[in-house]
Amino acid sequence: MTRLPTGGLIDRTTVLSFTFDGRPYAGHPGDTLASALLANGVHRVATSVNRGRPRGIMAAGVEEASALVQLEAPFPEPMLSATTIELYEGLVARGLPGRGTLADRPDPGRYDAMHVHCDVLVVGAGPAGLMAALTAARAGSRVALVDDQPMVGGSLLGTRGELSDWSASVLAELTSTPEVLVLSRTTAFGYYDDGFVLALQKRTDHLGAAAPDNAARQRIWRIRAKQVILATGAHERPVVFADNDRPGVMLAQAGRTYLNRYGVLAGNRIVVFTTNDSAYVAAVELAEAGAEVTVVDPRTDLAPFWAAECARVGIAVRPGHLVTGTTGEERVTGVHLAAYPSGGASATVHCDLLLVSGGWNPTVHLFSQAGGKLEYDAELGAFLPVAGLPGAGVLGAGVLGVRVSGAAAGAVSLADCLAGGAAEAVAALSDLGVAARPVASPPVGTDRVETAGLVLWAAPVEISLDGSDLSDTRFVDLQRDATVSDVLRATGAGLRSVEHVKRYTTIGTAHDQGKTSGLIASGITADALGVDIADLGTTTFRPPYTSVSFAALAGRDRGAIFDPVRVTAIHPWHIEHGAQFEDVGQWKRPLCYPRRTASGGLEDLPAVVARETRAARTGVAMMDGSTLGKINVQGVDAGEFLDRIYTNIISTLKPGFVRYAVMCGMDGMILDDGTVMRVADTEFVLTTTTGNAAKVLDWLEELAQTEWPDLRVHLTSVTEQWATIPVVGPLSRQVIAAVAPALDVSNEAFGFMTWRSAKIVGIEARICRISFSGELAYEVNVPSWYGIAVWQALFDAGQPYGITPYGTETMHVLRAEKGYPIIGQDTDGTVTPQDLGMSWVVSKKKLDFVGKRSFSRTENQRPDRKHLVGLLPVDRSVLLDEGAQVLADDDVSQLPVAMLGHVTSSYRSVALGGTFGLALVRSGRDRIGERLFAWQDGEVVPVTVTGPVLYDQEGARRDG
Amino acid sequence: MTAEHVSPSKLPMPLSPLDGWQAAFDALPDVVAVSEITFTAQLNLRVDPSGAAAGAVAKVLGSALPVQPCTSTRSGDFLLLWLGPDEWLILAPEGAGLELETALREAIGDGPGAVTDVSAQRSTLALSGPASRELLAKGCSIDLHPKVSPTGTCVQTLVAQTGIIIVVRDETASDFLLLVRASFAQYFAAWLIDAGVELTGGC
Amino acid sequence: MQLISCPWCGPREEAEYHYGGQAHVAYPHEVGALSDADWAHYLFFRDNPRGPFAERWVHAAGCRRWFNAVRDTGTHEILAVYRIGEPQPELGRQASR
Repeated sequence: MTRLPTGGLIDRTTVLSFTFDGRPYAGHPGDTLASALLANGVHRVATSVNRGRPRGIMAAGVEEASALVQLEAPFPEPMLSATTIELYEGLVARGLPGRGTLADRPDPGRYDAMHVHCDVLVVGAGPAGLMAALTAARAGSRVALVDDQPMVGGSLLGTRGELSDWSASVLAELTSTPEVLVLSRTTAFGYYDDGFVLALQKRTDHLGAAAPDNAARQRIWRIRAKQVILATGAHERPVVFADNDRPGVMLAQAGRTYLNRYGVLAGNRIVVFTTNDSAYVAAVELAEAGAEVTVVDPRTDLAPFWAAECARVGIAVRPGHLVTGTTGEERVTGVHLAAYPSGGASATVHCDLLLVSGGWNPTVHLFSQAGGKLEYDAELGAFLPVAGLPGAGVLGAGVLGVRVSGAAAGAVSLADCLAGGAAEAVAALSDLGVAARPVASPPVGTDRVETAGLVLWAAPVEISLDGSDLSDTRFVDLQRDATVSDVLRATGAGLRSVEHVKRYTTIGTAHDQGKTSGLIASGITADALGVDIADLGTTTFRPPYTSVSFAALAGRDRGAIFDPVRVTAIHPWHIEHGAQFEDVGQWKRPLCYPRRTASGGLEDLPAVVARETRAARTGVAMMDGSTLGKINVQGVDAGEFLDRIYTNIISTLKPGFVRYAVMCGMDGMILDDGTVMRVADTEFVLTTTTGNAAKVLDWLEELAQTEWPDLRVHLTSVTEQWATIPVVGPLSRQVIAAVAPALDVSNEAFGFMTWRSAKIVGIEARICRISFSGELAYEVNVPSWYGIAVWQALFDAGQPYGITPYGTETMHVLRAEKGYPIIGQDTDGTVTPQDLGMSWVVSKKKLDFVGKRSFSRTENQRPDRKHLVGLLPVDRSVLLDEGAQVLADDDVSQLPVAMLGHVTSSYRSVALGGTFGLALVRSGRDRIGERLFAWQDGEVVPVTVTGPVLYDQEGARRDG
Repeated sequence: MTAEHVSPSKLPMPLSPLDGWQAAFDALPDVVAVSEITFTAQLNLRVDPSGAAAGAVAKVLGSALPVQPCTSTRSGDFLLLWLGPDEWLILAPEGAGLELETALREAIGDGPGAVTDVSAQRSTLALSGPASRELLAKGCSIDLHPKVSPTGTCVQTLVAQTGIIIVVRDETASDFLLLVRASFAQYFAAWLIDAGVELTGGC
Repeated sequence: MQLISCPWCGPREEAEYHYGGQAHVAYPHEVGALSDADWAHYLFFRDNPRGPFAERWVHAAGCRRWFNAVRDTGTHEILAVYRIGEPQPELGRQASR
């Protein structure tokens, strides 16, 4: 056992059982999976992805590049770092060979989102972040403080309880201050625009199976901040040497954190290999905890304080040396030393833990995402936020509204971190017009960083310059198994940009996104190219900072509320009567109403459509047309406005009349069609196709507001105000007469393309004599609150006539038999009214209207434009594929074949005695009677070209 | 029963798109309360607030129209919601729509303007309770803090994936009117109920 | 999620808006007299500068008002918004024709 008898921020009174790689272990609340494994002496955790090498735990936080595990219980979740999983009772995990497996069942976890607004967002609850948050909170600001750990303190958590009372008191004050939100277990993973930061909170993961069902397991916080203070700290970086990937090779600060935070002594014979003073405190504390420690430091001018401390606790120091390689398999057993800089091999030191420190990389991800510039600091060997930009304070750096403080800004001492946090908060508040004073820092001792660190990316060894050494074990990116040789192979291939080297080598593309490897890769690249790393730069810091599951990003947009489902007022009736539905945009529309067959099954679609179309053509049928877009147009210039947007004349329409109308874009291509009803001199209601309602209203508003602001016209959507029920068929007159006894329904009194007001079951209805089927038809419009009552009344009144509800499929067949196009199905934004054979809908009298000038463009006058035509398969049992290409020739042996167009609509028709289609065909109207061919399923299907109107070409049926 | 037998005096009952949803609203945690306000008369009003008709319109409504963007005004039984620089939504008691529409149209006369009955265009929900802001924050990017959105605030925005009008009705910003397009009402109701699965009452 | 300031409603998330292309492209006078080439130029040709660019936007999920914005196409920063009929701010002059 390597758990020490005392110490650490774990609850030793509670034992948690867990399973790793099939073996049972025990840990405590406060442990991570990594600390619990180390406490049980488990160092080998995973296997490398390409080379199959044993891998261990190299960090104590999100920068972990090695210890990838898969959780198996309570729910499978792949690709997690053992260092970021809080231990819970019953945890089952296994180490991964680089890749995990997704669950084969839906995730039962709840994920949600929450918007939050604040004056000041502080990211990171270490010393700088706590000072910043406290300063802002005491100024009365709305503050959000986010931190990825379950408790505040940041880097202090890895110490021997430094400032722990102070941290606790700050937290207590913050949580009791109104308007202050403290979010623990929350990682700010991306800075987007205008102070928008996304953060992922792991809310119940640490509870395991005990997590409450109703609680969102993870939450995306959508934080909109006026000012952002980044107190995100720094990540220690390693130094690269041969076999640096063995279990038991760890960052120095991680070794210290496991000792102080988790009470785990991760090794008994420890080598600390450091290029700077920061690792000495780890060495001393580990020695005091009972380990035999050797420090290897390439520098020779060691800090007197640390030299004395090492002597005091019995640490052997090897100045002027570095580690060039290791021994061991499942765990490190020793290190090879060499003199530095002379390079002569000197000794092998036995050990069971190797701690490494190559310096510190400020965590500048969010700053960089915010557009902040970075500059190389040769002394720290790291890229730092550039100070002096707008929004930058004295001790920090920033872009507009974003400031960096503490170790993230390059501060080294605790005192500087504390003071910097408070100062940045004061500066941020000042930008908000709030005068605030920095809170006083708690007293701290002197930091013992006395001598400059040595910037060293990789231990120098003999290397082949072309990078062809495939046995290289100097790993830069452990997760990608990418080595120094891989970098050199990239530069040898001529790559000069770190972005290209990254993609060539895959360094920095794994789950850890190169937190420990990215800068080293830049450094090695710079050295190989003989350029200054300050000029070479780093790769881009893209969000997310840590892995975010798709489930968390999806949030509640799943299952029934994945996407809005729009329904009409009559929807409950459709459900009750067994309708099958189809999605039309976001609408649910009845596709058809299948009946039970004699055998007890349901009618298939062809059978339903045959029955429904027969009813509409020979009796009476009704459908729910409420999804049509409807726009109320009012104002003294309403007629003039409509004259400008439609191709035909509307202003001459009299109240009580209805007109079919087509609107085009400026390019002359059809945008939409529908009917226009004149309600009064200054009021019209127009309809749009179901899918185009919002687009058309936006377009009309754009014209009204920007092109013709002088016109006195107002547009109001009334799509949901009205339920719309077409009643269709030769017997429809009887049904309307029955429900509206006061209405004269004779053809003379109520002619085609007129509308009348009438009461149906006492409800004021607008009834239009319009038809989308060619049959006598009435469109009944009532306020949608009464849609279902009026529908039921029509249905009841139609019973003596066998009234048949029909769906969109029957509607399509009926209209296609008459050659009525559907905008968006038979057109695609490249089709003019003339192409559809609808020159009659284009006014020759109007001086101008939207699209008019385009009709006379040479391109739109070409005789070989595609025209809408009908197609009759020679074999009338063959149903054409919608989208099938139309060919001039059935010989497809010579490629390419000339393609004349495509099938836009295709149906089986009872009325026509077989299948038929509509198509856009080059010079189609000149080809009527010709034999063409449709290409589908690898065969040519012979078809005859006809005019688009295949049924009732004389229009004899519209008046019944 | 066939339609011929329906007496014109016996009007059918209007049916709300949220008919049958109240039980689910009632099952929400106690920290929020949701109920539908059914069948209010709603009129969309377009008029130039500085034009000749504005005074006549104010007389009909008993109050000048709110001209400050994103605000509303209560005037007796009427609630006047700012929708745009020349556009308002007038909420009036059930059954009052026709009379008000006629009066407003008269007030506008031949001048620029429009009055459109949109009573059935939107469904209206009342949301209250200490967690109501928390509930909305799960899907709404607007800052509804009382300092930012005081009583009377009226914003048109997105909640979850649908357009909503939010009216702030009280000082503590815990009492709201929510108006949603009728075809989206059931989606929005389902979203609200789902969002209410976990509420702390804080935030 | 960028904030765009509606000249009426104030800052709102970009998801509430729809884009309407280049602003201040005037509908030509006497379109019937235009050559095909001139008409095509009006229809299909738009500026595509790097830098300030005057554009139309509509607050689709809000007040439904169209307005103009000057956006830096290099940074996406909205430099100014102004109501229809208001003059284009000095800021964006260089991007206009």
